[in-house]
Amino acid sequence: MMSSELFFQPVTALAALLASGKISSVELMQALAARTRAVEGRVQAFNSCDEPDALAQARASDARRAAGAARGPLDGIPIGLKDVISVAGQPLTASSRMLANFVSPYDATVTRRLKEAGAICWGRLNLDEFAMGSSTENSATRTTSNPWDLARVPGGSSGGSAAAVAAGEAPVALGSDTGGSIRQPAALCGVVGLKPTYGLVSRYGLIAFASSLDQIGPFARSVEDAALVLGAIAGHDPLDSTSLRSEIPDYRAELERRRGPWKLGIPREYFAEGLDPEVGAAVEAAIGHYRKLGCEIRPVSLPHTKYAVAAYYIIATAECSSNLSRYDGVRYGHRAAGATDAVDLYFQSRAEGFGAEVKRRIILGTYVLSSGYYDAYYLRAQKVRTLIRRDFLEAYREVDAILTPTSPTAAFRKGERAADPLAMYLSDIYTIGVNLAGLPGLSLPCGFTRDRLPIGLQVIGKPFGEAELLAIARAYEKDHDWNREHPNL
Amino acid sequence: MSTSQPAALDIDRIAALARIALTADEKTAFSAQLGDVLTYIALLKEADVAGVEPTAHAFPVENVWAEDVPQPGLPVEVALGNAPAQRDHMFAVPKVVE
Repeated sequence: MMSSELFFQPVTALAALLASGKISSVELMQALAARTRAVEGRVQAFNSCDEPDALAQARASDARRAAGAARGPLDGIPIGLKDVISVAGQPLTASSRMLANFVSPYDATVTRRLKEAGAICWGRLNLDEFAMGSSTENSATRTTSNPWDLARVPGGSSGGSAAAVAAGEAPVALGSDTGGSIRQPAALCGVVGLKPTYGLVSRYGLIAFASSLDQIGPFARSVEDAALVLGAIAGHDPLDSTSLRSEIPDYRAELERRRGPWKLGIPREYFAEGLDPEVGAAVEAAIGHYRKLGCEIRPVSLPHTKYAVAAYYIIATAECSSNLSRYDGVRYGHRAAGATDAVDLYFQSRAEGFGAEVKRRIILGTYVLSSGYYDAYYLRAQKVRTLIRRDFLEAYREVDAILTPTSPTAAFRKGERAADPLAMYLSDIYTIGVNLAGLPGLSLPCGFTRDRLPIGLQVIGKPFGEAELLAIARAYEKDHDWNREHPNL
Repeated sequence: MSTSQPAALDIDRIAALARIALTADEKTAFSAQLGDVLTYIALLKEADVAGVEPTAHAFPVENVWAEDVPQPGLPVEVALGNAPAQRDHMFAVPKVVE
């Protein structure tokens, strides 16, 4: 379905309509709220949304514009937030029973920056509990459907963010990506998803999963929209000690300036066993398009790729077992009734508050860090992480970016991998290396399967090379109209 | 610890370290599922890591210093806003010592 409906417009088009006075932010917000009411029963993307609050933000934006004080292209644009990003005074659940009644006491840095840009914080989007999963089926609140086929998963962990943008419930959204949690659901829902370089975007106010891997980034209907949102949220933050000082360019302007042609690397390890033939063919066709544009396509090797998932599930679970020790029923979160003493309170509150996948990962992480096993697992995984990072940096001596599939398959059916954690973990095989190496990675639509399921192309950039990465993605996008097709809901 | 021993995961010991009470069903299921995962991650033993430095963060950052100047923090009422139980501006918990 091609649609000119307001709720399927990209931010750039909406910003032009707002700037010219053809629509008001309140009208836009009302259109989105109506769309959400119409489709949300089937999509189930939102954990919560506060329509009166969003409309109040829209009225404030309209008032600024009327006074000639509009703040730029995001002023008056609604943005959905994954339910792990704090918005002061609003619920923050991480899709967990543990935080069922939690209210954020402060804004995340990304939230503060979006508000300063005039954007409207519109609702909190479903995810796998504490961002642990690849299908959003691990949510304790609801099961989100893929808008292209309601019997299938939207991917995860940021499945609600991807589904909301695909379904016309939000023009853009934020997610977080620890092992592929922005790029994989973006691919499965047919939208653009960007994980920035580690340290480019502040993690202050993001519920921590694995702190050395977590990074916040945008979901959007176009590369240009992703560039706009990235520009608003990126930059050094003294409240996040891993936030790095780097020049933040005008990413949108850079899209016009950077024209290539580029040297693009194709890692053979990402086109091996397990890649669905239809996905492989669509990615090969996209590579062919870059060749036609005059880009030099070169084979590169990332020989330690086969170790990435194993290293990731040691490092990520180790960090999560430490991060999630804060949920003890004492200061916030779920508290079990009838505990006999303080230690029993921890055991019971955590037993009741966490779902199965979170418990499994805490157990695995506790094990790999436990006395006697640290060297064999955690230390070894960190050394392998060095090798994986070196592979990429070596490849970047030869090429400007690397092209791969985002996910080995299109969206899978609900329940298909739920009982087999290892099969689920292998869903992230093409995205995990990027997190271990701290690199930026972007997924953009590059076609559909015969069953009309979206397919994603992953473009992996150099550290802090977002401007180039976005320009490379835009060069493909402008010759295709995958992003103007929408699901029938 | 030698890397050649794919030690079975003692679920009771690890659950105790993690401060999570598991049901009998959870213990059975997690032991089997994590057994599969541990078998898979044993793949790492093949990797030649001799002389390789570990990576804790992709971009190592030096100590980040801040001026030692007091900043406003959360007011007590806000900090206690999500407390499951509170008394006299403090978090209340079950008795710790007799």
